[in-house]
Amino acid sequence: MISAHLPALQVVVPLLAAPVCLLLRNRHAAWLLAALVTWATFIIALGLLAQVADRGTISYAIGDWAPPWGIEYRVDLFGALVLVIVSGIGSLVMPFARINVEREIPAERIYLFYVMYLLCLTGLLGIAITGDAFNLFVFLEISSLSSYVLISLGHDRRALTAALRYLIMGTLGATFYVIGIGLLYMVTGTLNMADLAQRVPDLLHLRTVEAALAFLIVGISLKLALFPLHLWLPNAYAFAPTTVTIFLAATATKVSVYVIIRIIYTVYGGAPIFREGILNEALMGLGMLSMVAAGLVAIYQSNVKRLLAYSSVSQIGYMVLGLSFGSVIGLAAGIVHLFNHAIMKAALFMALGCATQQVRAVSFDDLAGLGRQMPVTMGALVVGALSLIGLPLTVGFVTKWYLIQAALQDGAWLAVIVILASGLFAVVYTWRIVEAAYFRPLPEDREEVREAPLGMLIPLVILAGACVVFGIGATWPMDLALAAAESLIGARP
Amino acid sequence: MAFAGLYNYWIVVVLMMIGFYVVIAQGNLVKKIFGLNIFQVSVFVLYITMSKVDGGTAPILDDRYQVYSNPLPHVLILTAIVVGVATMALGLALVVRIREAYGTIEEEEIEQQEGELP
Repeated sequence: MISAHLPALQVVVPLLAAPVCLLLRNRHAAWLLAALVTWATFIIALGLLAQVADRGTISYAIGDWAPPWGIEYRVDLFGALVLVIVSGIGSLVMPFARINVEREIPAERIYLFYVMYLLCLTGLLGIAITGDAFNLFVFLEISSLSSYVLISLGHDRRALTAALRYLIMGTLGATFYVIGIGLLYMVTGTLNMADLAQRVPDLLHLRTVEAALAFLIVGISLKLALFPLHLWLPNAYAFAPTTVTIFLAATATKVSVYVIIRIIYTVYGGAPIFREGILNEALMGLGMLSMVAAGLVAIYQSNVKRLLAYSSVSQIGYMVLGLSFGSVIGLAAGIVHLFNHAIMKAALFMALGCATQQVRAVSFDDLAGLGRQMPVTMGALVVGALSLIGLPLTVGFVTKWYLIQAALQDGAWLAVIVILASGLFAVVYTWRIVEAAYFRPLPEDREEVREAPLGMLIPLVILAGACVVFGIGATWPMDLALAAAESLIGARP
Repeated sequence: MAFAGLYNYWIVVVLMMIGFYVVIAQGNLVKKIFGLNIFQVSVFVLYITMSKVDGGTAPILDDRYQVYSNPLPHVLILTAIVVGVATMALGLALVVRIREAYGTIEEEEIEQQEGELP
């Protein structure tokens, strides 16, 4: 009975919990409610994934208004995977948040933090579940507006300017998206994605449809922080509260990648637009530029959080490169990297958060010698770093393996070189962290540092463990990604 | 005449570019936020324009009217207006906080202050 309504519950439960949190006004009660709701969304997402794997794509008509007139929630394999990633990371962040937020955010504002957190979660889940192009914009703005607030809660005053810069860039991006949807609506008279997917591929020769694609891609690329539209990201991640950085780094950009794949492969039907225009060359070029340029910049950062933020931009390049090949294996590599990068970047930022909890770790000097004082935290950091480099037995390797296969299949030698080179950059910038933590002597004036509290360590160990477990026996995320990529590409005649 | 017939769309393009230019060129954060708002409003006009049917009225069930304008874009834009208001309110609230923290709302002066930080 209730299982038929899972798609609606996925979004409605956190959406309703947010105002309840506001009314509670007590930070402990707000945390408890937010945690329970987040875990509930994770269970719902797993339930949806099981249903989709079992019975195929789910279509849910909101309020019983039949699509394409009403808003449709549509869950396919790809969407279900993204739902699991977002709610799973959200669930793991919650125990960490309880301790970390106490330290980083003034006590009287903590309940407000959880309100915004739940709204952000709602928005991100909504984007992944909705089958309506305009509804997607609404969820995009729900998640964006709440993430601007979350970022501005950072205690450094630069968090404010970072949030405002993100607000300006993000709003421009979302507005570009609305223009694109408007142009498509002009031509087709529908907003339902499945309906659009039937009409748009026949209308590709129209200038309006081409212009719409350009607006959509540029708009989403802004949200995605694709080079050279990534300027908002490094400061936003560096100065936001740690919990927010973990959550956004692991989910927000991933969901944007989801949107761009939806637009290209579902709405525009994938292959035909790749054969004609310069879209795939453009995406491929920008993806590779992201990988190289952001990787190079990351090497020269002195703030560790900002270093990891630049590394995120570089990793987004992998996903965009993967989807630009237009082949099943390339798209699957991009999709699996959504999952892989979410867990490894969450592990890295969380390890850094554990270190920040005990010392003021923002520069490399603060990290000096921590490897001996916080063995678990720094061990997890090393696992995350190895994944980022793409060493065998970690998740990063799985992505690279398939990405290189896709590049070879496509005969794109430059892409192969760039993938390998960007791995080398990752070696350099992660080595700087490892070197500081393990090979530098303890500063003289450092007092005894204890390992982070258990509530923070457990999620960290789970994430780091996942990096290795899925790296060794990485069957189900990859199988799922391959199946999702096949259904995205293969559904076309 | 084709040009006059597309009059609204020209307004959309002009408004959009004014808004976009203000966002990029102005160093004053309040002006930037307003530029952003003008940019968004131009899109509202785009949606309203595309739904207009010559001689059409509001969609009321009545024998006297046969031609209706498309009501859907109006509804969409109602939603987008709410989003726009929320964005603007949040943006201005952030500017207030920035002024409290930096003592200025000029981008150049803020960057100067940030440049002195580690």
